[in-house]
Amino acid sequence: MSEVKNFLYVNRKAPHGTIYALESLEVVLIGAAFEQDVALAFLDDGVFQLVKGWDTSELGVKNFQPAYTALGDYDISKVYVERESLEERGLTEDDLIEMTYEDEDDDWAEKSSIRIVSREEMAQIMRDSDVILSF
Amino acid sequence: MSGYYEVDGKQVPHDEEGYITNLSDWSKELAEVIAKEEGIDMTDEHWEVVNFLREYYDEYQIAPAIRVLVKAMKKKFGPEKGNNKYLYELFPYGPAKQACKIAGLPKPTGCV
Repeated sequence: MSEVKNFLYVNRKAPHGTIYALESLEVVLIGAAFEQDVALAFLDDGVFQLVKGWDTSELGVKNFQPAYTALGDYDISKVYVERESLEERGLTEDDLIEMTYEDEDDDWAEKSSIRIVSREEMAQIMRDSDVILSF
Repeated sequence: MSGYYEVDGKQVPHDEEGYITNLSDWSKELAEVIAKEEGIDMTDEHWEVVNFLREYYDEYQIAPAIRVLVKAMKKKFGPEKGNNKYLYELFPYGPAKQACKIAGLPKPTGCV
């Protein structure tokens, strides 16, 4: 069996205006389908990807925000959001969509995947990852 | 090769792998046509999976990978339907791939 590596997908850009957010999501889904250990990080303008209530009707693009809520089905349970990035944009955890996963080790209890971390903790998370993909 | 499915005298365009180009073109009649090309005789059990996929897509805007489909089916219909064997018997060339095609959804991301 090949070794499972820790993948960290780092999202730094606003959801629209560039293709980065959507591309990142696609790669995340592919990585998860291959049963790698996948974690997501949202910082800088990337935190807007998780802010509730997108309206893409006048942008001419599909509203792909619901797909983030399916990530729990792909066994993605680690979604790190940087506290400082939220604060700098006047946001709190309450502004974010709900993301959940079912904990295999706790009788499949539904738990939140979102973990608010400090900038310092985020740096440590990056140091601890085998592979970092930046979007 | 890309081309068209013929449904009630109308042409519905599909891509080189047979997935329809415009998701809004889908109809039950079209599903039967696609299934026939795939060599599948649609039964109630097939429809159950196809309808389930359409509901999943409607909610999450993605076509689930096979592993996710199995898990979600298990949750909704129980282990006798939420397993690989059952789904592969219905859709021998890959449940996620074939059932998604019949359901008029895009090819599941990560499906090779």
